[in-house]
Formats: sequence, structure tokens, C-alpha cells
Amino acid sequence: MSEQEPVKSIVTPTRTEYTFTPGPSAQRYLRALVSGRLIGETCPSCKKVYTPPSGACARCGVATEGEVEVSDRGTVTTFCIVRVPSENIDLELPYCSAQILLDGADSSFFGLIQECPWDEVRMGMRVEAVWKPKSEWGPSAENIRYFKPSGEPDVPFEKIKGSI
Amino acid sequence: MRDVAIASFAQTRYVRSQVRLTEVDMLMPVVQEAVKLSGIPKREIGFTCHGSSDYMAGQSFAFVGAVDALGAWPPIAESHVEMDGAWALYEAWVKIQCGECDSALVFGFGRASMGKLRETMNLQLDPYTLAPLGLDAISMAALQAREMIDAGKITEEQMAKIAARNRAVAKDNPNAQVTGDFEVEKLLAEPYLVSPLRVHDCPPISDGVSAVVLAAGDAIGRGESKPVFIRGIDHRLDSHQLGGRDLTLSPSTKRAGQEAGVHDGPVEFAELHAPFSHQEVILVEALELSGDVLLNPSGGALAANPMMTAGLTRIGEAASRIAAGKAGRGIAHATSGPCLQQNLVCVLEGE
Repeated sequence: MSEQEPVKSIVTPTRTEYTFTPGPSAQRYLRALVSGRLIGETCPSCKKVYTPPSGACARCGVATEGEVEVSDRGTVTTFCIVRVPSENIDLELPYCSAQILLDGADSSFFGLIQECPWDEVRMGMRVEAVWKPKSEWGPSAENIRYFKPSGEPDVPFEKIKGSI
Repeated sequence: MRDVAIASFAQTRYVRSQVRLTEVDMLMPVVQEAVKLSGIPKREIGFTCHGSSDYMAGQSFAFVGAVDALGAWPPIAESHVEMDGAWALYEAWVKIQCGECDSALVFGFGRASMGKLRETMNLQLDPYTLAPLGLDAISMAALQAREMIDAGKITEEQMAKIAARNRAVAKDNPNAQVTGDFEVEKLLAEPYLVSPLRVHDCPPISDGVSAVVLAAGDAIGRGESKPVFIRGIDHRLDSHQLGGRDLTLSPSTKRAGQEAGVHDGPVEFAELHAPFSHQEVILVEALELSGDVLLNPSGGALAANPMMTAGLTRIGEAASRIAAGKAGRGIAHATSGPCLQQNLVCVLEGE
């Protein structure tokens, strides 16, 4: 036995398939995206607006309700410059991913920042969505290609610190 | 030992495929109902623990997503087990025994319909020597049933009778999924699904959630229903390797039953988590239950088998039966893993 090479690896092919259904809130959100609208839902208890809505207010543990249209403009609450590749992400390195507090929402929204030098991206920076051509819109978050600086004055930290 | 009571129990109806609601959508009303019935204000509940498997949802960290249903703000003490919710209840019971809290919220959930459950269950096997053989949930159980038949411990007719009995009593369970009166002769005329198992020998695929609130000390007796006490609880496990054990026996159930004190008093009924018909016989033998014991008054896992919470539901159903005054003392059992690998036994009694 001692003269034999140890078995160092085996290959066990595995594949599992799922048919995911996202629930009523995410469905409403995705359907609104088809017509270029960003919607959120309100917590009946604390009145916070969540975009995208998951159907629940995680703070209160109650179902969100009411469809609220939010803006495609917002404020960068936090960001990072990504310099490492990932198999699942087909983006040129480096790129900037950011959390954006959309006007009218209380939860931050994930987006990419472009058309801005990396060393100028900052918390509090105002940005606006750059959409794909209308003919390419579908029920997908990818309708928004990225966010770019809107040129509006920065928002002070005090005003966004509760939403980071 | 501290007296720990089941203060409340809530559950969804179990359905074949819940495509309209997410796990969080299903959990919110059930968790709220369990907390309300317990009479303990949400903020006073000292610990929360749940059981689920991300393989059901096919999403990593799906279990963390479930916390959205809780309103976990200000932050709560919370834990999770990648097992049936019955083991989450055990963890919460230990916390209470350690004096770390006087109450706990426990829940389990599964939406197995999103994947292909038979194949998903292959992934729990040893990935080197067992999983590559292609065993699935039904074929594993079929091997066990075949061993039972070959050992002369059961017949296909007895298996059909067990399936028919569970589904007949499930007619009284508004949350059950597969219910009705079935003729044994007709069941036996059906073709095999995986020999020697026919469709009726197998559990339905069920989506749903359930929740329990535990109470000790001053937290006992604040709810609407009578507290039901956990007089003993224990869990044990057998070998992961199916070839490494006698599949017709369940030594882990036997030991858990002894440690939990099943026969320290009269056993009026038993809620057994036996997803496959022949497994009920293995459990009855391991727990040394006499013919007088009422088995699965809820219909058991053959009537609804929500993955990751069917065991917790057995405990909840047993507690509800005692709280309603229909029985004084009974037991609940939960299983996890292939062919009854892991087993938990809980002895419940009214005041």
C-alpha cells in the first residue's frame, strides 16, 4: 500500500435544477421594470420604502404593501472599486459597484458607477441611471446599464447615514 | 432540569407547490401567529432558532433570508441548523436548560417544489463512494423497504394499510395535503414506483412552514392554550453509510427513546416522522410501542412532508393534541438523513 500513489481527487458530476418563483413583491418590481419604472413597497409599521421590495420589512417582520414609484436618481451611500475578476461577472476591470439610495426609497440599491474617474467616486455623490435602449427592456435589473454622476451638489453624510 | 413548555404552535397548510409566495411570505404570518398565541411579547423572546436547507431553495444563504420574516431589530440572538426544525427546537431547549433564556421561537421551512427533491436528496450522501451511485430519495427508501420484506418484518399489504390509515385520519387535519379513503386492494394493484415502493408508500412533496414557541419559568402559561411540557428529549444518529447498518432497525431511535424516557409513563399516542410507509414499523419497534398506542393522529408525514419542518410539525401536532385535552401524554419523533439516519424523540405531557 505504501508504494501506491494516494487517490488525490475524484470527479463526481452533480447538477441540480430549480424553478425559482420570486414571490408577489419581486414580481411586481420586475414587471414595472418592463415599462422602465422603479418601484418600492412600504412597511405599514415603520413607513420605510424598500427597493427592490422583498415582500418583508426586515426590521419590523411584517409584509410590505403599497406600490411606490421611486426615482432613477439617487445618492451613493457606499462603493468599492473592484480589481479582481469573477467568473460570473463579465465586466472590464476595474469597475465600481455602489450602493445607491434612490430618491423616494429608504433602502439602498445596487448599481455600477461609470462615466466618472475612480478616484472621484465618493459617498454622497449624486448619480442618475443610464438605461438600455427602450427596445431592450425586459423584466430585469439589467435594464439599467449603470449610474453616472448627475452633476447635482453632494448630499451631506448626516442625511444618508441612516441608510447605509 | 428546568420545566420547558411548548407555549404555542402554528403552521401553514401544506401544498404540492407554493409558487405564489416566498419562504419569507409564508413565514411571516406563521411566526406572528405562534408569537401571539404564546402570550410572550416578541421583544421578550430570548432566542430564535430555525431549521432549513439551502439545497431546497437552490440559493446559498437562503437561511439568512428567512430572518427577514422576524423583524430582528433591535438585533436578536439567533441560530440555525441545517436540519429539520425539530433539531432547532432541541438547540433552543438546551439554551433554556443552560439558563440563557426563558423563551424561544423555533421554526422550520421548506419549498422543496422548486427543485427536484428526489435528486436533491442524493446530495446528502457521502460524495466519494455513495452519491456517485445515483441513489435518490425514493431508491434509498426502497432499499430499506426491500430489506424489511426480505427479513419478514413487513409485507406490501401491511405497507399499503399504513399508508391508507395515515391518509384516512388526515381527513381531520385541515393542513394535510394528501387525505382520503383508499382501498388497500386498489393500492396494491397500482404499479411500483421503485420496487417495492408504490406511490402510496412515499410521502408527498410538500411546501410549507411551521413554528413553535418554547417557554420556561415565568414565561409559562401566558398564552391562550394550556402549556404542554417537554418531559424528555434526546437525539441520536446511526452511520451515514447505508451499507454500514442494518436498515431494518433504528438503534438511534431506540436509544433516543430510552434517554427521553418514553416509557416513564403511559404513551397514549405517537406522532412519528415516517416519510415512507415501512419506516413506521421500524420506529414502532425501536420505540417499543404497543398496539394500544394511537399512531399519527395528524396523518403524519405520509399526509404532508414539508422538508426541514415535518419533524417540528410532529412535535407541534402532538403538543396541540395534549393542549386541546384530547390526550394527557404522548411522544413526537423527527427524522433526518437517509433511511432514518438521525432521530429525535420528544416526550410531551400536559399539566
